[in-house]
Amino acid sequence: METNCFNYTYLIILIPFISFVILGLFGDYLKHKISGWLGTFSLFLVFILSYYTAYQYFFNVGKVEGVYQKFVGFNFVWLRFTESLHIDIGGLLDPISVMMLVVISTVSFMVHLYSIGYMHGERGFERYFSFLSLFSFSMLGLVLATNIFQMYIFWELVGVSSYLLIGFYYQRPSAVAASKKAFIVTRFADLGFLVGILILSITTGTFDYVTLTDPNGTAITQGSGIVFLGLSTLILVFMGGAGKSAMMPFHIWLPDAMEGPTPVSALIHAATMVVAGVYMVARLFPIFAISGTPGLEVVAYIGGITSLFAAIVACTQFDIKRVLAYSTLSQIGYMMLALGVSGYGGHEGLGFMASMFHLFTHAMFKALLFLGAGAIIHAVHSNYMYDMGGLRKYLPITHITFLIACLTIAGIPPLSGFFSKDEILVAAFHHNKFLFAVEYITAGLTAFYMFRLYYNVFWGKNVHYHHTPHEAPVTMTIPLIFLAIGSVFTGFIPFNKLVTSDGLPFEAHIEWGIAIPSILVGILGIIIATVLYKKETAIPDKIIGSIKIFHKWAYNKFYFDELYLFITQKIIFKRISEPVAWFDRHVVDGLQNWFAWLANTVSFNIRGFQSGQLQQYGWVFVSGALILVIIFSFYWYSINF
Amino acid sequence: MIGLTATVVFAGKFASWEVEFLSKEFFITLILLSSGVFGFFISLDLFTMFLFYELAVIPMYLLIGIWGSGPREYSAMKLTLMLMGGSAFLLLGLLGIYFYSGNDTVSPTFNILEIAERTIPAEAQRFFFPFAFVGFGVLGALYPLHTWSPDGHASAPTAVSMLHAGVLMKLGGYGCFRVAMFLLPEAANEMAWFFLILTTISIVYGAFGAVHQKDLKYINAYSSVSHCGLVLFALLMMNPTAMDGAILQMISHGLMCALFFALIGMIYGRTHTRMINEMGGIMRVMPFLGVIYVIGGLASLGLPGLSGFVAEMSIFVGSFQINDVFHRVITVLACTSIVVTAVYILRLVGIMLLGPIIHKEHEKLGDAHWFERISAGALTAAIIGMGMAPFWLSDMIGESLIPIVKQLTTNIGL
Repeated sequence: METNCFNYTYLIILIPFISFVILGLFGDYLKHKISGWLGTFSLFLVFILSYYTAYQYFFNVGKVEGVYQKFVGFNFVWLRFTESLHIDIGGLLDPISVMMLVVISTVSFMVHLYSIGYMHGERGFERYFSFLSLFSFSMLGLVLATNIFQMYIFWELVGVSSYLLIGFYYQRPSAVAASKKAFIVTRFADLGFLVGILILSITTGTFDYVTLTDPNGTAITQGSGIVFLGLSTLILVFMGGAGKSAMMPFHIWLPDAMEGPTPVSALIHAATMVVAGVYMVARLFPIFAISGTPGLEVVAYIGGITSLFAAIVACTQFDIKRVLAYSTLSQIGYMMLALGVSGYGGHEGLGFMASMFHLFTHAMFKALLFLGAGAIIHAVHSNYMYDMGGLRKYLPITHITFLIACLTIAGIPPLSGFFSKDEILVAAFHHNKFLFAVEYITAGLTAFYMFRLYYNVFWGKNVHYHHTPHEAPVTMTIPLIFLAIGSVFTGFIPFNKLVTSDGLPFEAHIEWGIAIPSILVGILGIIIATVLYKKETAIPDKIIGSIKIFHKWAYNKFYFDELYLFITQKIIFKRISEPVAWFDRHVVDGLQNWFAWLANTVSFNIRGFQSGQLQQYGWVFVSGALILVIIFSFYWYSINF
Repeated sequence: MIGLTATVVFAGKFASWEVEFLSKEFFITLILLSSGVFGFFISLDLFTMFLFYELAVIPMYLLIGIWGSGPREYSAMKLTLMLMGGSAFLLLGLLGIYFYSGNDTVSPTFNILEIAERTIPAEAQRFFFPFAFVGFGVLGALYPLHTWSPDGHASAPTAVSMLHAGVLMKLGGYGCFRVAMFLLPEAANEMAWFFLILTTISIVYGAFGAVHQKDLKYINAYSSVSHCGLVLFALLMMNPTAMDGAILQMISHGLMCALFFALIGMIYGRTHTRMINEMGGIMRVMPFLGVIYVIGGLASLGLPGLSGFVAEMSIFVGSFQINDVFHRVITVLACTSIVVTAVYILRLVGIMLLGPIIHKEHEKLGDAHWFERISAGALTAAIIGMGMAPFWLSDMIGESLIPIVKQLTTNIGL
C-alpha cells in the first residue's frame, strides 16, 4: 500500500469543488465569459491530472510483480461512528477507478468546452457552470471512493446535481416534473442501497473497500451472502445501482431527464452518472462473484432485459434525444449483462473486462452522439426528427462525426464499439445462451434505430427551415472531433492487459465465430434502415400498420410511466397520504378536541355551583355536614356493634 | 461534571443563532421564553428543570394568543393545555424520582448527578418511567400527542415558530434523555420497545402527513414531527452511535426548522399567502430566498454535505448495530422516511419555487433585505458547516456522551 506517489490526487476532487464554490457564490458578479472559462479551465486541470495519474498508474508504478495494486492516494476520517466503522473521505486508485477518472475528466472537459458555445446567451449561464462543476466534483469523488459510505455520499451528490441540471430550465413545468421524478425514483432505489450498505458493512464490521473486496478476506468468506428478511444484501445494493443506471424497473426517469440542456444529457445521462451503477457492481465485484448468492444472475437478467426492451422502444421514438436515451439504457444493459455473466479472476473475468471496456468506449461514442444531437438541435431549434431532414449539407462536421458514432455503436470494425461489444458477446456466449441470443437481437436493433435516426436527420426529405441551419461554433466542434477520434481509436486499447477483475493481465482474442455474425447483424440493421429511411417512403408507415398494437405499446414505452403514475398518485398520494392527513386531523386530533370539549362542557354545566349566593353556600355546607354526620354515625355504629 | 459540558456545548449551539431575531414588541416575552429554555438546558436539578420548563411553555400562550394569526386562540389554548397536561405527567414522574432517590441512609435529592450515582428500585422505575418519558415526549411531539404542533406552528408568529420548533421541541428530547433515561435506565431498557414503535409511527406518519399538506407551516410542522420522532427513536436505541446521532439530529433539526420558519415568514411577508398552490415560480423574483429554501430542503431530506445527512446516518448506523430483527426492521421502516421526505420537499419546491409565475402581482416582489440575508445566511452557514465537517462536533458529543452511556450500560448490565 504505497501512498506517497499519488498523494496529489486530492486535487482532482478539490479543484472542481473550488470552482463550484466560486461560481456558486460569486457567479452573479462574474461576466458570463469568465465564469464559463473558469469552469472549463478547472476541468482542464483535472483532465491533465487524470491523464498523468493514468499514465503513472498503468505504466510506471501501478504494477507490482505483474499485478495491479490498489493504492490509497489520500485518506482522512470524516465521521467516526465506532472504532472500526467510520466514514473516510479518500482516494482509492485501482484499474477501474483510474479508468473512470480518464473517462469522466475527458467527457466532462469536452462538455464544459462545448457548453460555452451551446449555452451562450442563456439566462443562468454561471449557475449552469457551477452545477457542472458540482457534478464533476461529486462524480470524481464517487469513483475515487475508498469506502462504501463515501460512495453513498457522492452517490447522493451526483443525484442532486443531476436534479439541479435536469431542472435547469426551472420555469418550464416539464423540466421541473422530470427533475423531481429523477430524484425521487433514484432516491427510492437508494433506499435499497442504504439498507444494503448497513447490512453489509455492519455484518462485516467495515466500510472499507480494500477490506471488503479482498478475495481472501473475512468479509467475503463469512460476511457476505447474508440474507435479511429473505432478501439478499447484494440485491439490495444492486437496487441502488439499478436506480442510478436506470435499469428496469427504475428506468423511467432517464428518458424524461432529457429535459435538461443537451450537454448535460451527454455528460450525466449518457457517459458518467448513469454508469455509476455499473461501476458500483464492478467495485463490489469480488463479493458478487464469490459469495455465490443469486446476485449476479439478477444483474445479468436485468441487464439483458433492459437492453432489449430499451432497443425496441428506441425504434419507435421521434424525439432524437429520447432515442439516444433509450439507446443509453440499452448499452448500459449490455454492461450490466457482461458483469452478470462474468466470473472472478483470469480469463473467467472476461465479462468484467468487457463491461469496463464497453463502459469506456460507450462513454466516448455516446457523449459524441449527444453532443452531435445538441449541435443539430442548436441548428434547427427542435428535438423532433420530423422537423429535420437533409441536414448533411448544412452541418458537415456534425454529420461526419455523427456518422462515425453511429457506425461505432452499430459495432462495425475497426471502430471501438466493435471490440468492446464483441468481448461482451463472447462472455455471454460462454455463460448463458439465452442472454447471448437476446444481445444478438439487440445488436441488430441498435444498428437499425441509430441509422433510422441518422437518415431521418441528415438525409430523407428536405425540410424547409425558417432560417438556414448553420454549423456550430468552434467550441462546439472541437469536442465533437476529439470524441470522434476517441471513438475510432479507443478500441485498440488492450483492456485485457490493463483492467481486469483481479489485476492480473490475461490473453483475449477476438473470436471470429461470434464476431462475424454480429457484424453481419449490424450491417443488416443498417441496410434495413437505409431502405426504409434514406429516401422518404411509405414503407415505414405500412410496417407500423401491420404491427399496430405492438407499435403502440412500444411507442408508449410499454406503459411503464402510467404504471408508476398509478402507484404514486392513486396509491401513495390518495390511499396513504390523504388518509394519514385526515386521520391526524379528525381522529387523533379529534379525540383530543373531544377531551377539551368534554372538560369544557362539564365545567360549563357545573359552573352554577359558584353562584356567589351566601344562602346557597350555607345550604350546601349544612346539608353536606349533615350527610357526613350520618355516614360517620353509620360507620361508628357498624364498628362498635 | 462532564454532563455539564455536554449541556453547555449543547446550549452554546443554540446561542449562536438565538441572537438574530428582529426586534419587535413581544421581545420581552420572547426573552422570557429564551431564558426558560436556557435555564432548562443548564439546570442540573430536577426542580429547577421543571421550573424552567414551565417558564418556557407559558409565554408561548401569550405569544401565540396575542401575536399569532389564524385561529390563534384555539391553537394557543390547545398547545398550552397539551403541554400542561404533559407537565402534569412530568411532575408526577419527577416527584417519583425524587422520593425514591432517597433511602434509609440518605435523604432524597433533586440533583441529577447525585441521583445518577444512586439506584432507584426497579419497581419504582417501571412505574415512573412512562410518566417522565411521556411528559417530555409531548414536547418532543411523540405520536399520538403531537397534534399541538401543526396548529401551534401555523398560528404562531415567525420568531415564535422558529424558537419553538428549533429549540422548544428539543427540550422534549433532551429531557427524555437527561432525566427519563439517564435516571431510570432499567425501566428505559425494558420499555424501550413500546416507545420505539410509537416513535417509528411518528417518523413515517409525520412524513406521510406532510406530503398532503398545502400550507407551508403545516408541511414543516409535520416534517418536524417526523424529525423529532427520529430523535426519540435514536435515543431509545441506547447505542452510543445512535445517541450521538440523536444529539446531532437535535442540533440539525433545530437549525433547519428555524431556517424554514424564518423563510416562511419572509415569503409570507411578501406574498401574503402560505398556500403552496397559490404561489409558483417565485424563485425568479426571490432568488436568494429560493436558493436558501432549496438548501434547507436538501438538508432536510438528508443530502450529504449538509447537516441532516450526518445526523440521520449516525442514527441509522447506530440503530442497525443492534443485532436483532425487531430493531433492524424498525430501522428500515424509519429509513423509508428519507424517501417520503424527498417527495414532500421536492413537491413543495416544484410547486412553489419553480415553474412559471402564476400570479401577476408576484412579479413585482423583491428579494431578501440585508437583515434577512444575515439571518438566513447564518443559519445556512451553520447547516453547511455541520454537514461538511462533522468530525469535530461528533467527537465532542461522543466524548461528553461517554459517562451517560456508561450509566445506561452498567445499570442494564450489558
